Amino acid sequence: MEQQGKKAWLYLLPAILFLGVFLVYPLIDVFIYSFEEGFNFASQSYLGLGLYNYEYVLHDPYFLQAVKNTFILVLITVPLSTGIALLISVGLSSIEKLRELYQTIYFLPYVTNTLAVGLVFMILFKQTPYTDGLANLILSWFGAGPVDFIGGPYWAKMFVLCFYTIWIVLPFKILILTSALASVDQQYYNAARVDGTPRLRIFTRITLPLISPTLFYLIITGFIGAFKAYSDAVALFGTDLNAAGMNTIVGYVYDMLYGSSGGYPSFASAAAIILFTIVLTITCINLLVSRKHVHYS
Amino acid sequence: MKVTLDHLTKVFPSRNRKTGKDVIAVNDFCFEIPDGKLVGLLGPSGCGKSTALNLLCGLLKPTEGRILFGDEDVTSLPAENRGVGMVFQNYALYPHLTVRQNILFPLENLKGKDKLSKEEMERRALEAADLVQIRELMDRKPNELSGGQQQRVAIARALVKTPRLLLLDEPLSNLDARLRLQTREEIRRIQKETCVTTVFVTHDQEEAMSISDVIVVMKDGVLQQIGRPQEVYDQPVNLFVAKFLGTPPINVFRAKVKDGWLTIGQQPVLALEEGIEGDVMAAIRPEGFILDENGPLTCRLTEVEVMGRDITVVSNHPDCENVEIRSIISSDETVDLSSGSVQFALKSHKVFLFHPETGARIPFRVKA
Repeated sequence: MEQQGKKAWLYLLPAILFLGVFLVYPLIDVFIYSFEEGFNFASQSYLGLGLYNYEYVLHDPYFLQAVKNTFILVLITVPLSTGIALLISVGLSSIEKLRELYQTIYFLPYVTNTLAVGLVFMILFKQTPYTDGLANLILSWFGAGPVDFIGGPYWAKMFVLCFYTIWIVLPFKILILTSALASVDQQYYNAARVDGTPRLRIFTRITLPLISPTLFYLIITGFIGAFKAYSDAVALFGTDLNAAGMNTIVGYVYDMLYGSSGGYPSFASAAAIILFTIVLTITCINLLVSRKHVHYS
Repeated sequence: MKVTLDHLTKVFPSRNRKTGKDVIAVNDFCFEIPDGKLVGLLGPSGCGKSTALNLLCGLLKPTEGRILFGDEDVTSLPAENRGVGMVFQNYALYPHLTVRQNILFPLENLKGKDKLSKEEMERRALEAADLVQIRELMDRKPNELSGGQQQRVAIARALVKTPRLLLLDEPLSNLDARLRLQTREEIRRIQKETCVTTVFVTHDQEEAMSISDVIVVMKDGVLQQIGRPQEVYDQPVNLFVAKFLGTPPINVFRAKVKDGWLTIGQQPVLALEEGIEGDVMAAIRPEGFILDENGPLTCRLTEVEVMGRDITVVSNHPDCENVEIRSIISSDETVDLSSGSVQFALKSHKVFLFHPETGARIPFRVKA
């Protein structure tokens, strides 16, 4: 037994070593940095220990703006993208003709280059001296606009960011949900039909519970992914996100480290730990809620 | 309620575009299922019996023909509105619902004037649970039940809405041998108690014979014979039916009728009245053999299996299609294994003659 235990640890050693060096150690280090006041990277020295970093970050208007932006982004995009993906997947699995074609179309954004996607969104939303963009063209048909989506009012920019985020995460969710729907045994549907079940009830009482583990997985990873949003905002509004008022928490961390106003690893660490706490809390709430509503077979 | 199938046909279009041969799963079915009876739909796998069942419950639409429930034409009525109960082969219990919720599920679908109060639903669910004796399992999930218990739940769920017609798809195939015997009696009892017209599908002839009021034998989508089990066993219309029913299976010999004698090999075994001449297939039930030292049929003896109540004599004959001839003899008789051969006389009413090509039954009379 003792011998076996040693052997097991030996087998685990490479993984533990790499995870320890590249994951656990930095995590602990970030945690320590977040309490070291005025840490200087070059001299590896600090002035004292305390909660000042947290105090500073929590009172920084840029950080508060970033938290607000991130929460709005999460609360809008996660339910919407999951819901839309579910609708599209249900649609895909109930059509017979052209299913493969539609599946390919819906999956295309997943394999498309980010720069190409950015270009598409420019054409859609960017105002230039020559054109107001496709979105404004459509708005003008209804007698509205033009709205400057990229450089204009806050809600216009937030709309574009949410739209972009949903559009980016949709293909993966559709892919996962389509396969989850396909794995539901046809016999359950047959049984429900013979029992005279209306279609909506089949969906809510049978389909949804049976794919609930997958749905839950998508919601959890969706929350985590959205909380870590950064590159999408950069793709739309450029690197100076604070100026655009569209910064996210991860963006704030990055700016504190490397941005033009950067060089404050202590503040960055504190912000990162706050983000970590938020994500952890939300995930725990998710897990608690799921216990009631998710059915594992 | 009686059920009438009127020229019912189901054709599945071919998947293979090159050969393009459509599959006729059910071919021109015409028969009537009498009210309140237990009907066994019997045939080898792939003979279209499950398709027939799906046509009855409405999950499939017939290519041609009509289905009548009583006098009502239900051919174009979707499964949701037919009011049939169905027990699926793997039971299809909803895994995320408890037994109680599973049984309540069909009742909760009722709408309009059929809508039931909570108490009435609960009462009916308990009644159905009592009928199949699962009251103590009501709060379990399906994966916490044994195969036999799951089946009972499936039957309760099918019966709870008092269906006009109960359909069972291979109800015993997922159970072990012992449970199978018990469950088939149970199905018989439940059917008797509820008097609901019931159709069940099986490939096991023993199962069908033992509990059905009527059996329907199918092959390749074509109805072969319909009748009471004993009737079909005693009077098979063709070689397929004769071979399909009975364990051990019927023994089939390549034989001839010559000068008024049924001849197997060179041995004249049975004197027939005039009218038949030429090659025939002679099929003899295992219980149709009599041990007789002067009997006309000589077979090479290979083994004797003593089963207590009776003896199975295993022998072979060059003109027999079966690898071994199994004959069942009363255990009062003794067989000498060392002699290497055995002589049989035949019970003429256990002997059937069939046309060697078409397999159709050739009626005959024995000369007194």
